[in-house]
Formats: sequence, structure tokens, C-alpha cells
Amino acid sequence: MIQISEVLETNNMIEKENLDVRTITLGISLLNCITDDLDKLCDNIYNRITATAKDLVKTGEEIEREYGIPIVNKRISVTPIALIGGAACKNPEDYVRIAKVLDKAAHEMGVNFIGGFSALVSKGMTKSDELLIKSIPEALSVTERVCSSVNLGSTKTGLNMDAVRLMGSIIKEAAEKTKENDCIGCAKLVVFCNAPDDNPFMAGAFHGVTEADEIINVGVSGPGVMRKALESVRGTDFGVLADTIKKTAFKITRVGQLVAYEASKRLNIPFGIIDLSLAPTPAIGDSIADIFEEMGLERAGAPGTTAALALLNDQVKKGGVMASSYVGGLSGAFIPVSEDQGMINAVNEGALTLEKLEAMTCVCSVGLDMIAVPGDTSEATLSGVIADEMAIGMVNQKTTAVRIIPVIGKSVGEKVEFGGLLGYAPIMPVNTFSCDAFVNRGGRIPAPIHSFKN
Amino acid sequence: MKTVITVVGKDSVGIIAKVCTYLANNKVNILNISQTIVDGFFNMMMIADIENSPKEFDGLASELEQIGDEIHCVIKLQREEIFDAMHRI
Repeated sequence: MIQISEVLETNNMIEKENLDVRTITLGISLLNCITDDLDKLCDNIYNRITATAKDLVKTGEEIEREYGIPIVNKRISVTPIALIGGAACKNPEDYVRIAKVLDKAAHEMGVNFIGGFSALVSKGMTKSDELLIKSIPEALSVTERVCSSVNLGSTKTGLNMDAVRLMGSIIKEAAEKTKENDCIGCAKLVVFCNAPDDNPFMAGAFHGVTEADEIINVGVSGPGVMRKALESVRGTDFGVLADTIKKTAFKITRVGQLVAYEASKRLNIPFGIIDLSLAPTPAIGDSIADIFEEMGLERAGAPGTTAALALLNDQVKKGGVMASSYVGGLSGAFIPVSEDQGMINAVNEGALTLEKLEAMTCVCSVGLDMIAVPGDTSEATLSGVIADEMAIGMVNQKTTAVRIIPVIGKSVGEKVEFGGLLGYAPIMPVNTFSCDAFVNRGGRIPAPIHSFKN
Repeated sequence: MKTVITVVGKDSVGIIAKVCTYLANNKVNILNISQTIVDGFFNMMMIADIENSPKEFDGLASELEQIGDEIHCVIKLQREEIFDAMHRI
């Protein structure tokens, strides 16, 4: 029988250490909505989403109440829209119409984000992909809850440098179009290398074409719980440290597994995966940077940070896979800057630079996330930063991503405020030496030799 | 349905009596009860079966919360599975 100490431990994690289930994300395939009539397509998409997701928020809230665990977000991901709109959309404005339909459905369902305004162009771009990508800045400026992502490369295909170049200018344009609103458009836009089909986290969630009609994916979190657990093993060796991370990750993931199972049962929608991630929030103590400090680093970014992150990321996975048979998505430690007070402090104090963050992305679960840079950063430089990050993913056979915000009208030393879970970010300096001639070459960077495993 | 009821707050006379009376009146069967003092705070945990209660989970949870307010304690009703999931393999 459950002991009082165990009950108190769980409730302390929830009440004092910010343990939560970060998101229940309902993946919905829109493949059966396809038609060449745009009006009909918009109707089909709206009806499909609202019919499938009508009980999502209610069910999430029921589970929250019954188990006493906060479920912070209820979200929807859909099939990449470039695949859905190909026959009906003749220009970028047509895609913007679909974005508005997604936004309307998200409001109607009470979810805070809907992901999948996406294109998968890791090797080449279809006309439809290109139209969607060109519609992204406008789509993100006229909608509130739509999230967009573009997969620019993979270990198997190499990097689509034409698309990398295009995304540099799209990100800049998205910033311009939302400059009155702290360039929020860029916070809802992410580019990937090796994007997973079953990621429940925004802004990069989409419902992959390898998935079933509907699926429930759950993202767990708990940096605060991890930091607290490590407090009890100060000064011990790495074996003890690794073991403590594993055990804590196990506990956190088991809660996610329970919630996923319940949501799946109640909604009568199959369970997909648990994304066993440590995802920080701006709340004090809910920080990956604080975990580094607990591990013995003065600040995130100090020498040793990459090693600390490598250990953390790996042990989180090892503990998590024991807790759930189906793990997927991005799984590991996220290192966004704006969403993590400890990371923000590290940047403000000069401990953490963009280059160090890039090194850390070699061993974290995702990539350069929620990084604000000066508004005058050139399109080519943005493409260069993206290309570097994509190359890390391609060569290391891992997912990498870039969510970067060139803050129009602001420069290094200032900050930008996004609000809510997105937090605020200090503007970080970017290397200003030119990469124009490199990114403007066009074409593809071939897949690395170790991708040929057939 | 097996649930866990936790009562956390400043120790005072009659806390257990008050909670148990409410549970008895609502046909909630207490299976196990334990208590401890942590950092000067009274902590009580009950494992209780609400299967035969005429009230739904949500009704019991909010009424227990109200009783908690009256006796200056935080009373939570949660389904037991979350604790099993976290602490049992």
C-alpha cells in the first residue's frame, strides 16, 4: 500500500517544484480533407478538427482534477498543411486562409496552440511547399494560435540549402510583420533538421504522414523536480548524480504515462508516445540552468556546461524509457533562452553566448530555441545560423531546430517580452562577419557518408 | 474508486474527527489512515474507497476543500493511481 511519505513526495513535486504534464497534444490527420476547391477544403478542415477535438480540453481538465496534476496545455497538431493545400491553393493568400481556419478551430476548441502550418522540404520543395512557406509571415501575423514549422534537412537527405536561404528571409519578414507585437510571429515559427512525426511540443508539432488518423501524444516536464532531487546529492560522484537523474526522470515520466493512458481511454483515441522532456518555464525554479548550477557550475555557459547537459539529456532518456514503452518526439532536455529564468540570467551576466548554446545543442534534445537577436541581423546571417544548426543535426543523426527572433528596432542589451509561457529574452549578439556568398550558393548539402546504412 | 485524501495544515483539536465524520456521512470507506508532523505541520493521509458514495468525485473534492478552509487545512482528494504510477514498478 502507498505510504504517506510517497504521497507527500508526489504532492510536494506538484505544489512546490512545478511538476506538471506540459501538454496533451491531439494529432489529427487532415489527409481526408483534401480537395481542389478551397472553400470546401476550409470547411473540411474546420469540421474535421472540431469534430475530433471537441472533448479534448474538457477531458484534460477532468484528468487534472481527479489526479491533482496540472496539465498546462491542451493542443492540436495537424498534417503538414503544404500536403493538404496543394491542390486547392494557387497563391500564398490561399494558404493564409487555411491558417485563419486553423486559428478559428483552435479558438473554438479552447486549445492554446495548433501546430502543423508546416512544410517538409528536406530534399526539395514542391510548388505547394514554396507557396506555404511564402505565406508564413502573413499567416502568423493574422492568427494568434497557429504554429508553423519547416523541415529543412535530414541525415538521409542532406540539407536543402535553397530552403535554408529562403527561411532566413521568411523569418525576417515574419519579424517585420509582427514588429508591433514584439516580433511574436518568429516565436511561433521553427525550422528543423530530422523533424519527428510525433512531437507534442510547440511550435514544432505536426501530425506526421506516418501516423494514424488520430493520436494522443503527451509531453511531460519537471526541471524543478530534477533540481530539487539533485540538491540531495550535492558533492557526490557522477555515478550517484546519473542515478538520481534517472530515478527522477522515471517518476516524472510515469505520471505522463498515466495521463496519456487516461486521456487515450476517455477520448477513445489511440495513445502515441510520451515525450519525456525537461521543458522549462519562466517560473522561478523551473529551469534547466538551475539544474546546471545544482550540478556544480556557477552559471549555465561555464566550461563544463556541454558535459553537464550531455549527462542530463542521456540520463533523462534512460530513466524515461523504463517508465513508458512508447517514447518519441523530442525527448531530452530543452534549452530555450526566453522560457528559462536561469538561462536569461546567464545571458545577462555574460556567461552564456550564442556560440556556447550552439555547442550545447550537439548534446541537447532540440536546438537553438527562443533566441532573440538584433533586428538588423541580415537574412543571410540568419540562414547561416540555421545552416550550422541543421548541420549538427544531420551529422549527429538527431533532431535539431532553430527558433530565432530578430527583434526589429532593438539591439544587444535590450530585451523583448513575449509574455506567458514564452517569457522574455535579452537580445544576444550575433557574429556579424558575412556568410552571404556561402548561403547564396544554392542547391543541397549532400547527406553525410554514415547515412548510407542500407 | 480508490482515492487518497491528504490533509495538511496547522495541528488543532478535532481535525481527524471532522474529516472522518464528513466521510462517514457520505459513505466513503476509509481503508488506511496515517499521519505525521513535518516541519511543524500536520500531515494526514487516508486511502479511501468512494465507490459507494452517493456523491461524484468532483462534489466530494470540492466539499472536502471547503471543510479544509473551515479548519485552516488544505484537503485534497486525488485518485490513487498517480501515486502507484510514480512509486511502484
